[in-house]
Amino acid sequence: MYLYDAIDQSLVDQRVEQFRGQVRRRMAGALSEDEFKPLRLMNGLYLQLHAYMLRVAIPYGTLSSEQMRKLAHIARDYDKGYGHFTTRQNLQYNWPKLKETPDILAELATVQMHALQTSGNCIRNVTADQYAGVAADEVADPRIVAEVIRQWSTLHPEFSFLPRKFKLAITGSVRDRAAVRVHDIGIVIKRNDEGEIGYQVIVGGGLGRTPIIGVSLRDFLPERHLLSYLEAILRVYNQAGRRDNKYKARIKILVRETGAEEFTRLVESEWEKIRDSAIDLPVDEQARIAAFFAAPPYENLSGDDGEFALHRLEDRDFASWTRTNVAPHKQPGYAIANITLKPEGGIPGDATSEQMDAVAGLAERFSFSEIRVTHEQNLVLPHVRQADLHDLWLTLKRYDLAAPNLGLISDIIACPGMDYCALATARSIPLAQDISTRFADLDRQHDIGELKLKISGCINACGHHHVGHIGILGVDKRGEEYYQITLGGSADEAPSLGKIIGPAVPYGKVVDAIETLTETYLAIRAGDERFVDTVRRAGLDPFKAALYADP
Amino acid sequence: MTIQVISANRLGDGIVVYLAADGEWSERIVHARVIDGEEQGEAALDVAGGAVEACTVVDPYLIDITDSGGDRRPTLNREMIRAQGPTVRLDVGKQAAR
Repeated sequence: MYLYDAIDQSLVDQRVEQFRGQVRRRMAGALSEDEFKPLRLMNGLYLQLHAYMLRVAIPYGTLSSEQMRKLAHIARDYDKGYGHFTTRQNLQYNWPKLKETPDILAELATVQMHALQTSGNCIRNVTADQYAGVAADEVADPRIVAEVIRQWSTLHPEFSFLPRKFKLAITGSVRDRAAVRVHDIGIVIKRNDEGEIGYQVIVGGGLGRTPIIGVSLRDFLPERHLLSYLEAILRVYNQAGRRDNKYKARIKILVRETGAEEFTRLVESEWEKIRDSAIDLPVDEQARIAAFFAAPPYENLSGDDGEFALHRLEDRDFASWTRTNVAPHKQPGYAIANITLKPEGGIPGDATSEQMDAVAGLAERFSFSEIRVTHEQNLVLPHVRQADLHDLWLTLKRYDLAAPNLGLISDIIACPGMDYCALATARSIPLAQDISTRFADLDRQHDIGELKLKISGCINACGHHHVGHIGILGVDKRGEEYYQITLGGSADEAPSLGKIIGPAVPYGKVVDAIETLTETYLAIRAGDERFVDTVRRAGLDPFKAALYADP
Repeated sequence: MTIQVISANRLGDGIVVYLAADGEWSERIVHARVIDGEEQGEAALDVAGGAVEACTVVDPYLIDITDSGGDRRPTLNREMIRAQGPTVRLDVGKQAAR
């Protein structure tokens, strides 16, 4: 993992003291709310329905055990004993007090954490593939470039007041687990025929009220040019992006209205002015950062572990968990262990202080003290010996962290919705809970197979409903909660936007509707095709007919 | 009958509060000053504006409620959730203390 140098630490420490002074002045009346609001937002502090909400950055979803313990401590001592992992790999506390927030930020700074770039019209916290550095199918580790971008973008003077917020995501694998094509900029690390590393640069993707799949500006940008090319894109956006209408201010609107060809020309023209300049990272600095992400000292294991295979044979529940939640590792004898934060009837993404402490301890025992956070609101232990998986699973069960449902219908993304969020128009969480309870039967979930169900409580789409195989969007209709259902979305390497199936359904009928849709899929699927593949092949009509049939 | 009260968030901790009859701010909607009509609403907003100046609360606004024999309920779901707490965590928010 990357470790702060003196400059990083000084920047974060100074920011804490700066904010402490701002809070003091606000409490004393020297700053009005209008003056203070942008300052608190720059430090991740929102005012939500019930209280303040503090969004803590987890850069590219990587945490140490020490950092996770600190998050648990803050939840316990400053909040109400739990936190919420978000779809941008961050953590949100729902009940912090304004007057205590500087102390919380000071605590975070002691473990090299902060809440910078989690709000405001800046380059937001960079996200990445949660399997970075360990995926068997990886071209190169995206954490290195993510850290480079973090350092480049933090307090970047030119890009601190962009027309609108700006989100980047990076994957180093062909398999896209980071939803890069629905970000303002998505980066796919590639290797060319000469064996050199480079980047596919995708621009103008996004969700929200105008969902768009990004377009590729460059299929292979040589590694050394990344920062100057990103700088060129941001400069074009900063100059030409709309500032008169916040709903048309994201770069996706600029790319769409300018046209991909012309936008590319503008970026390339800007880039010609700055390429090979001091903006690009010196090779030795790139190497210095890369060294932090060297593989941990793995044992030299020969291959699949015999004891692991035996436990799978003897324990059906363990076998079930490994089937869904364990992924192949690049190192022989090791595995990637996913911890879904989606127990039956639970709140997607929520974890208690005790659970966070437990995961920190398990990471120490089994995963070189490393933890990842996923944009699908789960956790990952990235380096577990296959021989340790059974012991890991036994402990996870004790903490209600062993739900064997990764990628299944109960592994739901849900935004906080109107239970917490000031922007929401409907609730998301209770629907997720009801759906996970209705589909609790694991055999049934496996029969349905991979199904990405995503719920947003408003048009801002924090729950990524546009790219759910089944997407659910909550809307307010004359004071009643209704839910619009979309089918066929996907955020992977073959992205698509879901299509609205028909009129929205009331809260009380959503779970039945989801059951009707899955039953329809089971009735018409061809072979072992996934839900989303059936939707793509058969279209909406059979689902529409089943859902809106006369009673 | 629909009447109104003033709600805001307390500056120091962000907790939802209501302008009470005595001019203080209460965490309980049952203590809220009932406002009937535009004139009373403007007067109450003036009082709330003073509390903003005094750094007691932020963002005060009028909300519609019904009052049935002292059982006060906001008419909007959003305000109902603010008055009680998250519907998915009955152990937190105002509902937890009852």
